[in-house]
Amino acid sequence: MDAAGIAFQILQSVFVVLAAPALLGWVNQCRAWLQNRKGPGILRPYFLLWRLFHKEAVVAHNASALFRATPYVLFGCMWLAAGIVPVLATDLPFAFAADIIALVGIFALARVFISLAAMDIGTAFGGIGARREMLIGFLAEPAMLMTLFTAAFLSGSTALTTIVETLAHREFAIHPGLACAAVAFLMVLLAENARIPVDNPTTHLELTMIHEALILEYSARHLALVEWAAAIKLFAYMTIGIALFVPWGIAEGSDWLGLPLAVAAAAAKLALAGAGLAVLETVSAKFRVFRAPEFLSTAFLLAVLGMLVHFLTDV
Amino acid sequence: MHTAPNLQLQSIPGAVQAAQAEIAPEQLHEVCAQAQAQGARLLALWGCDDTDQGRGFALRVALLTGTGLLCLRVALGPDHPHYPSIADVFPAAGRMQRATYDLLGVHAQGSSDSRKWLRHGAWPGGVFPLRKGQALGAAFEPGADHYPFVRVEGEGVHEIPVGPVHAGTIEPGHFRFSIVGESVLRLEERLGYKHKGIEKLAEGMAIEQAARLVGRVSGDSTVAYAWAYAQAAESIARLQAPPRAVWLRAIALELERIHNHLGDLGYLGNDVALSFGFFQFWRLKELALRVNAQLFGHRYLMDLIVPGGVALDMPPEGPQRLFELCGLLESEVRTLRAIYDEHAGVQDRFMGAGRVAPELAQSMGLTGFAGRASGLAADLRVDHPCAPYDRFEVRMATHGEGDVAARVSVRFDEVLESLRLIRVLLGQAQAGPVRQPLDDAGGFGVGLIEGWRGEVLVAVEVDAHTRIRRLHPHDPSWQNWPLLERAVMDNIVPDFPLINKSFNLSYSGHDL
Repeated sequence: MDAAGIAFQILQSVFVVLAAPALLGWVNQCRAWLQNRKGPGILRPYFLLWRLFHKEAVVAHNASALFRATPYVLFGCMWLAAGIVPVLATDLPFAFAADIIALVGIFALARVFISLAAMDIGTAFGGIGARREMLIGFLAEPAMLMTLFTAAFLSGSTALTTIVETLAHREFAIHPGLACAAVAFLMVLLAENARIPVDNPTTHLELTMIHEALILEYSARHLALVEWAAAIKLFAYMTIGIALFVPWGIAEGSDWLGLPLAVAAAAAKLALAGAGLAVLETVSAKFRVFRAPEFLSTAFLLAVLGMLVHFLTDV
Repeated sequence: MHTAPNLQLQSIPGAVQAAQAEIAPEQLHEVCAQAQAQGARLLALWGCDDTDQGRGFALRVALLTGTGLLCLRVALGPDHPHYPSIADVFPAAGRMQRATYDLLGVHAQGSSDSRKWLRHGAWPGGVFPLRKGQALGAAFEPGADHYPFVRVEGEGVHEIPVGPVHAGTIEPGHFRFSIVGESVLRLEERLGYKHKGIEKLAEGMAIEQAARLVGRVSGDSTVAYAWAYAQAAESIARLQAPPRAVWLRAIALELERIHNHLGDLGYLGNDVALSFGFFQFWRLKELALRVNAQLFGHRYLMDLIVPGGVALDMPPEGPQRLFELCGLLESEVRTLRAIYDEHAGVQDRFMGAGRVAPELAQSMGLTGFAGRASGLAADLRVDHPCAPYDRFEVRMATHGEGDVAARVSVRFDEVLESLRLIRVLLGQAQAGPVRQPLDDAGGFGVGLIEGWRGEVLVAVEVDAHTRIRRLHPHDPSWQNWPLLERAVMDNIVPDFPLINKSFNLSYSGHDL
């Protein structure tokens, strides 16, 4: 662990936390454009966070310490996850602290906390939301793991930085196994980040909510942290996708000269991914809750197929 | 009229084919049962306090028979007024009877459900605010609001209380779901949060003044209410509105139908997360509202229709603007309909959700476009047309499935039909004055109009000093709210908002 590595690690962690709301704003802006609206601008989420941080927090009388602690746990989990994923460079001292399996575990930890916090107050919506979140979660996690394993088999390692370094050095060719895994990953990304068609992030209808129902009782700084964590989560998922399937342009090692190119490449790839998400969300309708198991089983199936294809073509 | 041969029918003059009869309380159940057997439907049920005239109380029941409107007046005694419940004949009567008790203390005997309905904590039990002795605006100490919901017991059953305060800008109403997992076993509604005392407020008003009040009973149906009220007032004054006035009224009514359906079709898209549909339909609705404002002075056409005619004539460029609007809306609505119809995700949500079987709709008295979506071919514009609908054909839209998709389909058909009707009307332009002064007269009058949601009935009693004695506006939501409870059964919880929006019932018009 050298000084440059630590510098890269700090730089990337700060970059992710600061840039995540802009990605969310960009997705919302693209959606607005696609609906023939002017849109609120990509800085809107920052104003929202600013406003929430300046409000007085209202907490239910029967809230336990768990309810108050959860926003911080959530934010911490997502920040840690974002620190592990190589966004700008592959020389990340933190990355060896957790591999892809631990990464899925970090997301699971956040899920458990938010679900417990939702049930903590005892409102009906919190209970419903927690139940639906767990339904989505227990189906999404295996699909996610299978997707990551496909990439891990290709590179012979479960460390994300090694996977990225290996994949970035391969010649430009679509690996059939990875293609299957990429589709599966996209489906998991939609489900895990409460996007259409699994959930509707902009709904006001309490009875249809999944993620929104979990956080209905949060206000002010607590809500700000939860919203910020959700933005970082989307950012982290998109960067995982980019790292696994289109890793080219990343700064390898502690290459300071490669940094400007890495930043530009990451920004361009994220902008494209965000616009793609907006297109997907604009043309889709939200499906019934009970379609989620079918949707995520398909993702799991695709991920398994990806792995099998890898074994077949590798022999 | 031949609903019950022993009735002494007295014709009510006016634009609506209507007759009234005085019957004794013990005849009520039999008369209703006979009428029901001959296909009559319950339109409204309300009470009157005539104790100040020494006539005790009265119950009024409005039925729609094959030959027109039948208004029954049942004279009741001054002390402990009561009558036999007709909720077993007309299930829709149940809540109307409960509301009549809350407001007037007129009791329905033998009813299976005698819980309070419109009364929350705002006035204590035993106080009846609509009685003549009660002053307008009397304030009471807010009392406890205990309401026993029906409990569903069983393994894994739990309740979700929703509202009356919701996360969106929608009207207040409480919904109590009993669910297992995501599946709805039972939904129970609790309404009355928007009780404003409109009927009490109308007492003593001048006829013109009350027109503004009636136009605000349910803002989305202001044209239908104002027209029905105008019919009632004109019936009392023995006056026919000028031909140009009814011509303008019909254009306004169809415009109201169009902008309400457009708004709801947008919301239905939004509820399945297809925001594209929401913004497109609301853009079209906004275009229609702007034309409304330019031609009639109000975006939602409020205060356009007045007793005796209409308040203002359309400007000379009106027909041209309406032709342009209709042409534009028609092509865009057809495109959007194709998008909704061909979108697999949207159709998957719409089809099979919130189904009301035709038999159930028939027995419970579902009305309006929701009734037509459940196979009940009833539309006042077709069955009992008032001027100017008697001069051209209205093509009724029906559907047999009774699910959200059917209601969406009927709404699309009705938008397109209303666009056609406006162009037919424009081709039959009438000249002449748009308003006639009302002569002073007293008596009972009734109006009935097919609003966008269903039949809007307004009954008025005017005293010798041409002041309102009793006014009862009736919203079709009264009939349809109980069916929403049934439509949601066996559906999943997250489909409720979609099913609810496909009906889009009025809280304000129901709570009065």
